[in-house]
Amino acid sequence: MTLHLESKVPDGDIETAWSRHRQKIKLVNPANKRKYTVIVVGTGLAGASAAATLSELGYHVKAFSFHDSPRRAHSIAAQGGINAAKNYQNDGDSVYRLFYDTVKGGDFRAREENVYRLAQVSVDIIDHCAAQGVPFAREYGGLLANRSFGGALVSRTFYARGQTGQQLLLGAYQALSKEIARKNVEMHTRKEMLDVVLVDGHAKGIVTRCLRTGKIERFAADAVVLATGGYGNVFYLSTNARASNVTASWRAYKRGAGFANPCFTQIHPTCIPVMGDHQSKLTLMSESLRNDGRVWVPKQKGDFRKAREIPDADRDYYLERIYPTFGNLVPRDVASRAAKRMVDDGHTVVKGGEGVFLDFAEAIQRLGRDTVADRYGNLFEMYERITGDSPFETPMKIYPAVHYTMGGLWVDYNLMTNVPGLYALGECNFSDHGANRLGASALMQGLADGYFVLPYTIGDYLATQKSGAVDTKHTSFDESQDTVQKRIDKMLAIKGKTPPNAIHRKLGKLVWEHCGMGRTKEGLEAGLAKLPALREQFWNDLAIAGSGQELNQTLEQAGRVADFLEFAEVKMTDALTREESCGGHFREEHQHPDGEAKRDDENFCHGAVWEYTGEGNAPIRNQEPLSFRYVKPSTRSYK
Amino acid sequence: MSDSFVIKARVWRQDGPQSQGAFEEHEVTCVPEMSFLEMLDVLNERLVSEGKRAIAFEHDCREGICGSCGAMVNGQPHGPADRTTLCQLHMRSFKQGDVLTIEPWRAEAFPVIRDLVVDRSSFDRIIQAGGYISVRTGAAQDANQIPIGKIIADAAFDAATCIGCGACAAACPNASASLFTSAKLFHLNSVPQGEVERGQRTLAMVEQMDAEGFGHCTNHGECEAACPKGITINHIAAMNRDLIRATATGR
Repeated sequence: MTLHLESKVPDGDIETAWSRHRQKIKLVNPANKRKYTVIVVGTGLAGASAAATLSELGYHVKAFSFHDSPRRAHSIAAQGGINAAKNYQNDGDSVYRLFYDTVKGGDFRAREENVYRLAQVSVDIIDHCAAQGVPFAREYGGLLANRSFGGALVSRTFYARGQTGQQLLLGAYQALSKEIARKNVEMHTRKEMLDVVLVDGHAKGIVTRCLRTGKIERFAADAVVLATGGYGNVFYLSTNARASNVTASWRAYKRGAGFANPCFTQIHPTCIPVMGDHQSKLTLMSESLRNDGRVWVPKQKGDFRKAREIPDADRDYYLERIYPTFGNLVPRDVASRAAKRMVDDGHTVVKGGEGVFLDFAEAIQRLGRDTVADRYGNLFEMYERITGDSPFETPMKIYPAVHYTMGGLWVDYNLMTNVPGLYALGECNFSDHGANRLGASALMQGLADGYFVLPYTIGDYLATQKSGAVDTKHTSFDESQDTVQKRIDKMLAIKGKTPPNAIHRKLGKLVWEHCGMGRTKEGLEAGLAKLPALREQFWNDLAIAGSGQELNQTLEQAGRVADFLEFAEVKMTDALTREESCGGHFREEHQHPDGEAKRDDENFCHGAVWEYTGEGNAPIRNQEPLSFRYVKPSTRSYK
Repeated sequence: MSDSFVIKARVWRQDGPQSQGAFEEHEVTCVPEMSFLEMLDVLNERLVSEGKRAIAFEHDCREGICGSCGAMVNGQPHGPADRTTLCQLHMRSFKQGDVLTIEPWRAEAFPVIRDLVVDRSSFDRIIQAGGYISVRTGAAQDANQIPIGKIIADAAFDAATCIGCGACAAACPNASASLFTSAKLFHLNSVPQGEVERGQRTLAMVEQMDAEGFGHCTNHGECEAACPKGITINHIAAMNRDLIRATATGR
């Protein structure tokens, strides 16, 4: 262990920890705030909310997005909702209960103090977003509506139809626009961060490539904030947007930031199955469908009769059979693994592919077509638009897909990585969801980090720094820019025959096969053994047409794939060394006789934090031990 | 898997804002399950492996919500399917031998960057002019202190679903951004939190819309027909009402 991992969680009573911490951390004098510049990379929920709030406080902000506008960030695609412990429904919710559900849902692999703070500030988020004009769903009396979501026994999810992420992102985007108009945020769109610049061990700037002109540029600041999302696209096919990538976090890792728990990936059980090699992304169908849909496969392997022609006696409603208590409503990870077991046993409903049925025939009979249309009409439409089949006439075909990543850059209680001055927010950090995220908690965490945590905690670091001490003439910028330029030149010089997309697709298949829903020692070792050949193909036969001095989307993709090829190795090594099953990480060797995940709290109750040791060297596995003072670890059961 | 078929893609190629553009023709083998953008992916992979430049097009979420994608397909923004973004259009809408003419949005305020990629930053500047409620983080009261009737909240939501793709301006014979601008105005002007800045917001956003070089609305209704989110032109009437009020009273 060589990384210095000091979590900085306050001692003592968890309920007052955050307020005591805020009283203790250093503040920057209001008159001095404008002298400090903060770089924010990524302007999704976490980045845009942080940039706007830092600017409101008086800091000068330089914000970066690789999209043409901050409004395109993938936060926009979140459907379900956002949790908050408001207890507007009077059903017994509380900060403690949200905290408890999140720690348990995360299978006891998150820091209790962080999660408690998240539950505390969740209520402020709803107040703030309502004040911004976010059009949340309301009851006829004009008050905010709530719905229930997986993993909770109370109704605490706020929503805006099936487009909650869109409305919250637009709220943050508008707040950011307000600060751009005040000329206090300098917004850089179509610029992709390609390196973090360290000066005397502190993060003091970034190097970017302008995606429009290809120009490599340097930007200096007093601190750097990364809010660059998750790494789900290492699987090629996921519910993530196409451009979502690991590059910013990966470059930070290569500059010394620890990367925690990269094996933790959430697989969502209800997505539209893969339909062929041309497929470029997977589309999520909201979890709410499992409230009325029944999941089944044919009892007979290879039975490809039309679903409606298969009589009840020949169907296996396997979730209802195996989990009679929770039935079709078991948590995401349990439902996903059950589907995989059925398909692996040959009961797929997709010829030449993988899928199971989600059937609404019984619900239509029980509730009537109109009620079903009222509840799920927009989802049925979306399904029909993509597949050409109407779920009113024939069952949906669904299969699990990669959706969210719980691992990410290691951060302390202040959201700072182990590199001084370098912060990570939202999905790109590792902190709050442990090994499994509950539904409607991603939006909550992104906005908590950006609106209510970082703007306070960053002062603790900035107050120790002389403002504007570093400019872009420093030799560290030369070195970084040189590294970035050489890598681009190297990729362009290969002039091979294989487009980056083809290699990405192969990588995705490899990672899905060996490090997907079920993982084994042999499988992971075999996967790791195949990686070098793929990297070799990339660096020997990569095809990129065009140059680096122009809009070149093939070059952009190539750079991201190159990082995924490196990242996959650490991800699979992490999965190999975590000899237990927990949340989204399922090692087949470690299960209870009934097939449920078997945690090993004695040996693995820690965050695994990977440390870069140079090109070609094995990374070092560091540990941050976790202790549970409030929620005692127990085995989850849903039978 | 259903049977494959071949279409001819006539794609607009243009190296930069100042360059001369031209159509380029390619045959692409498709299957009905493919999305329109996946058809372009297949074509691009082939072009790149042959050492030719890929067709530049903007896209990201591929589920119809980020607003990145968009192109004219045979003269229709986002192609022939109703209320559907280009990424959600599937090749089953086409058949063997179809010729698909694919062009970027054409509007003075959306200059072409390359091929099908245009610069829509004019939309961002309209929002920056006033498309927000001025509230600082931490200053809010309890969310249920201001009730909003469900009908008003739902109507505000309908306007707020705009994805900023630009199809409305591309469809309009005057290249007007009235549908985009009015949708945001309707959202913010109709909720009580947005009332205080109502007049000022309306004046500022309309002024910016004009400054960007978008044309005026002459009630053709093409924008509503093209909008993948079904946003209604009634919002334009509401915008004009607010504009007259604000011009007359300053509120």
